Amino acid sequence: MVELVWLIPLLPLIGSVANGVFGSRLSKGTVGVIGSAAVGLSFLIAVSIFWRIMTLPADARSIEIVAYNWLTSGGMSIDAAFLIDPLSTLMILIVTGVGFLIHVYSSGYMHHDKGLWRFFSYLNLFIFFMLMLVLGANYLIMFLGWEGVGLCSYLLIGFWYEKKSAGDAGKKAFVVNRIGDFGFILGLFLLFWTLSDLGAASLNYKDVFAAAHQIPPVTLTLITLLFFVGAVGKSAQIPLFVWLPDAMEGPTPVSALIHAATMVTAGVYMVARNNVLYSLAPYTGEVVAIIGIGTALFAATIGLVQNDIKKVLAYSTVSQLGYMFAAVGIGAYTAGVFHLMTHAFFKGLMFLGSGSVIHAMSGEQDMRKMGGLHGHMKITSITFIIGALAIAGIPPLAGFWSKDEILWEAFEKGHVGIWAVGLLTAGMTAFYMFRQVFMTFTGKCRADEHTKHHIHESPGSMTVPLIVLAVLAAIGGLVGIPFIFADGTALHQYFAPVFSHGAHAVVAAEAGHGLEILLMAVSVAVGVSGISIAALMYYAPARKYAPDFLAPEKMAETLAPAHRLLYNKYYIDELYDYLIVNPIKRLCRYCLDFDLGVIDGIVNGAGWLTRFTAWVSHKFDIYIVDGLVNSAATFVSFNSLVWRRMQTGYLQHYALIFVIGLILIVGGALLSR
Amino acid sequence: MPTITHYLALSLILFTIGLAGVLIRRNIIIVLMSLELIFNSVNISLAAFSYFLQSINGVVFVIFSITVAAAEVAIGLALLVTVYRTRRAVNVDELNEMKG
Amino acid sequence: MNLASLNINIYSLLPLLMVVGLALFVLVLDFFIPRGGKRALGYVSALGLVCILPFVPMFIETVPSYAGFVIADTYSAFFNVVFLVSSAFAIFISIDYLRRLGSESGEYYYIMLFATAGMMIMASANDLIGLYVGLELMSMSFYILVALRPGKGAEGALKYFVLGAMSSGILLYGISFAYGFSGTTNVNEMAAIVYRLPDNNTYLYLALALIGAGFAFKIAAFPFHVWSPDAYEGAPTPVTALLSVGSKAAAFAVFLRVFAVALPAFHGQWSDMLWVISAATMIFGSVVAIPQKNIIRMLAYSSIAHAGVILMGIVVNSSAGASAVLYYSLVYAFMNVGAFTVAALASRGDGGEQLTDLRGLASRRPWLAFFMALFMVSLAGIPPTAGFMAKFFVLASAVHAGYYWLAVIAVISTAIALFFYARVIFYMYMRDYEGAELPERSLFTCVTYGVVLILTAVGTLALGVYPSAILDIAVRAVGPLFTI
Repeated sequence: MVELVWLIPLLPLIGSVANGVFGSRLSKGTVGVIGSAAVGLSFLIAVSIFWRIMTLPADARSIEIVAYNWLTSGGMSIDAAFLIDPLSTLMILIVTGVGFLIHVYSSGYMHHDKGLWRFFSYLNLFIFFMLMLVLGANYLIMFLGWEGVGLCSYLLIGFWYEKKSAGDAGKKAFVVNRIGDFGFILGLFLLFWTLSDLGAASLNYKDVFAAAHQIPPVTLTLITLLFFVGAVGKSAQIPLFVWLPDAMEGPTPVSALIHAATMVTAGVYMVARNNVLYSLAPYTGEVVAIIGIGTALFAATIGLVQNDIKKVLAYSTVSQLGYMFAAVGIGAYTAGVFHLMTHAFFKGLMFLGSGSVIHAMSGEQDMRKMGGLHGHMKITSITFIIGALAIAGIPPLAGFWSKDEILWEAFEKGHVGIWAVGLLTAGMTAFYMFRQVFMTFTGKCRADEHTKHHIHESPGSMTVPLIVLAVLAAIGGLVGIPFIFADGTALHQYFAPVFSHGAHAVVAAEAGHGLEILLMAVSVAVGVSGISIAALMYYAPARKYAPDFLAPEKMAETLAPAHRLLYNKYYIDELYDYLIVNPIKRLCRYCLDFDLGVIDGIVNGAGWLTRFTAWVSHKFDIYIVDGLVNSAATFVSFNSLVWRRMQTGYLQHYALIFVIGLILIVGGALLSR
Repeated sequence: MPTITHYLALSLILFTIGLAGVLIRRNIIIVLMSLELIFNSVNISLAAFSYFLQSINGVVFVIFSITVAAAEVAIGLALLVTVYRTRRAVNVDELNEMKG
Repeated sequence: MNLASLNINIYSLLPLLMVVGLALFVLVLDFFIPRGGKRALGYVSALGLVCILPFVPMFIETVPSYAGFVIADTYSAFFNVVFLVSSAFAIFISIDYLRRLGSESGEYYYIMLFATAGMMIMASANDLIGLYVGLELMSMSFYILVALRPGKGAEGALKYFVLGAMSSGILLYGISFAYGFSGTTNVNEMAAIVYRLPDNNTYLYLALALIGAGFAFKIAAFPFHVWSPDAYEGAPTPVTALLSVGSKAAAFAVFLRVFAVALPAFHGQWSDMLWVISAATMIFGSVVAIPQKNIIRMLAYSSIAHAGVILMGIVVNSSAGASAVLYYSLVYAFMNVGAFTVAALASRGDGGEQLTDLRGLASRRPWLAFFMALFMVSLAGIPPTAGFMAKFFVLASAVHAGYYWLAVIAVISTAIALFFYARVIFYMYMRDYEGAELPERSLFTCVTYGVVLILTAVGTLALGVYPSAILDIAVRAVGPLFTI
């Protein structure tokens, strides 16, 4: 069965091509069935592989399946190979399992969209690339997936291109991700150079990890930091997180699948996969942990005051990803991946739930215009609340176990600061999640009459995935319950073959159950108090017990500056505009002015100049004024405008450029003599 | 007695005049003539090298080069006629429909 | 010098002679074919080239023949295959294209064949004289071919011609200096002589710079690229396809032959020059392609960027780099001809191949859009397509040779380039088309286009998924270059 692993990515690819090519001629039902079935079958194969490797002894669970020799170049040989080990098996289960549910959900959610076939084609393609990312046995295949998921994410964010904001969000995601990818590619190169200097030119995980201890520590730190830059882009951490909240312009299933459950966790997967490298670079680990926990807190504070139902979830995702990075940063790889898994369940659930709400509210996303939906859509409401309880860290739901394990390991390893910030963030998380629950599902409905009339429970294709995910969000954490086994949790045992080089959490877990239980109680208390405050502020029946200052309006008034700061997301977008976009714009302006003057002198054509100026100012409007949002793209397109002006259409200008080039080359050659 | 340097200097001067002609003159026919000048300057330098190196290859090359240049100018004139027929233009700066 | 020492070996020239013979045959046939039936010439030419293809690997001679003028080694055979394949593709798609343009003519086809013959002469030339003649035969054929498009053609052709002739003059000037310092025009003899020269010889430097500039013009490298967007836009689209693929590959063939075989002793001198050109070309091409609205112009700038990447393989001057150049040339032939084929097919035929014409292609012509998306992904260098492999081999060779910064620049330019390739996909899959429908095509034209598209797509995928086979051939093909 393990040999069939290549079918897992292949099936979604086939589904994607089939829908992409024939989809426009098929009925919507067929399109949905093809898309979902492709992922569903992959899931079944993934499950069977999971059973297969569970029957093997622990140290034989890492299997490399070589499809064929992909390329041989200069003494290095790279295979098209898949690596099956506990980590990748868990990832493919998550990707295909959650992916399948979201595909089913999409066939209901997107039913009215005329581009349904395109949507499924992209979604399947995304699954394909994501599976390649997690299954690859070398860095090149991971890179294939890494690039591919980025492309699909860009296409899917801009899926509703009629909305200008969707197009802009797509572009922003693209540009910011390019910055991150660039770091990742540089890291790959550096790794490759270093290894070829060591005489071990290879990009296979196995060989790289085996040679890892020979890499000088400084180089290794740099490599891991560059990889982390890639992860920061893809997983939306400080300072590159700005694209993820904007990415919510995409259809909700996309937000659930790509921007919550799978793609954004690719960075965490990458760090966990490279645990051998990261555990040899403790400095990087600290950077990862600090950025992670910083992002967790930062995004949580923004989430406190957002009113858009999806934006709250988006900031919450950024914040939870921060937790995962904090975990892998301190070497608690199992805890990080555990949280990745439970997060996929509960955040996928909540996004789909919010989609169901938006569906019912005829597209309304502002929570201030919602309320009282519990009466109309019981399934959505109950499952959503389960998700919220899970993320708030209420036992025995999934989120409690994973979050608590991160906090415990942080405390246990002596990172008390991270533990404290994590705890604070957990409280905030509980608060904003229940603020959302209360604002959306309880109280009086604040929608207008027309919308109110429309509210209905979603069809079965949407509610069934919700229920399944709710069950997973409820019980999914049981695999990580401590105390049951002598040598760590079931998950620790499962991951032992992969992470044994990394942290030695297994032994550490023995330290003291008493302390661990105490910390658990503390975090439950924090979670419950977060929920209680939310209830006192936003839940009508509880409001009458609330002290005066807890009324939301009052609070916003007394804490006006803080509220404004948070509401405007710390003005980060504005800051980037001010610090990066505008200076680049000005610089380009100077370049242009300078260029204009010089060219004017060389080329005798005042008429041309006039026409040119008109053209430039026209283009200036088109490209600069409109393209303000988007720093790097603007920079590049502006540059291209300047350079493009060399192409005046006049033969003799061409000849002039040619001759100038010639003079430069000949001059350079003669000078270097 | 002229040395190779003299020939090369002559060649360089003619080459420069040719380049300048292509850059400056607007009339396509004169541009074509300037191109011919470039080729002939090279022929001088090849022939000079051939003479001073006592090697036959250079002269052979000159014969090829003259032949090629003749074909080249024929194509140039044909293009000129085409351009004139479609655009009624004989000046190179009247051709800038395509740019950017 | 007796006759035997000339080593006259007709077989080393046989594939070339067959192409010339085919061209002459088509030329004569043209007189007997009535005006309406010229497309038959197209089929004869394309099928003729396909028939010649298997002969190319059959006649491989590692010893130079014709007094050292010609060498039919595996290296030239590899390039000849690239030329024949891309030329056959280009002629196939011309048939319907010319009909739509209303300018079917016989000379189009045999001039295409002469251009192919010129490229083949370049690839197998072992002497600067032969190299120059082949280059001129190819260039002159292209000057005429570019002009064959009614309307814009003449302007594009004239610009191409004047700049092309100027660059030939410069190349020739450089060759004359090379001859001047070495006393020979033969590539192997030159290699043997230049080792003994002091490396501050003025002629040598002039020769390096002028020959470099002349070749850089042919591959459209910055700042000698200025002709290419206009010539590409003005030319009939199939000619553009051949111009961007075949003529570039031929220029790379001679580039490598002259710099790696004749002048390896001065690698230190010319690599710096080519380093700068390569870096500038990559960045320039990718950046300026972004604002283009005409798809042909966009592909022209993309082609400039690719030339910069391929040039890296020459800069490193190693067997790995050279084999990467060969591999890249073949891959580029597949993906670029494919992209131009879709561009030719998707345009409405009124002269403008605007990007906006591609809007909603995915719902109107799903297969066409799928192929175009594949070619764009490959041009952008995203795995698992051949474009990625080609870039990877070039980058890997640069890294092995220690050209780290050049590799970094290539990565940056690739990152930028993804933007405009993705935009094409975006237009096809995300936008809806408003305006006139595409004209229906006859089954016959669908078949010819279909054959070209499927073959190019299969090539693009197969070379990416299973690159080893071709790369092995490429490595063996460049073997002779680095042993002499």
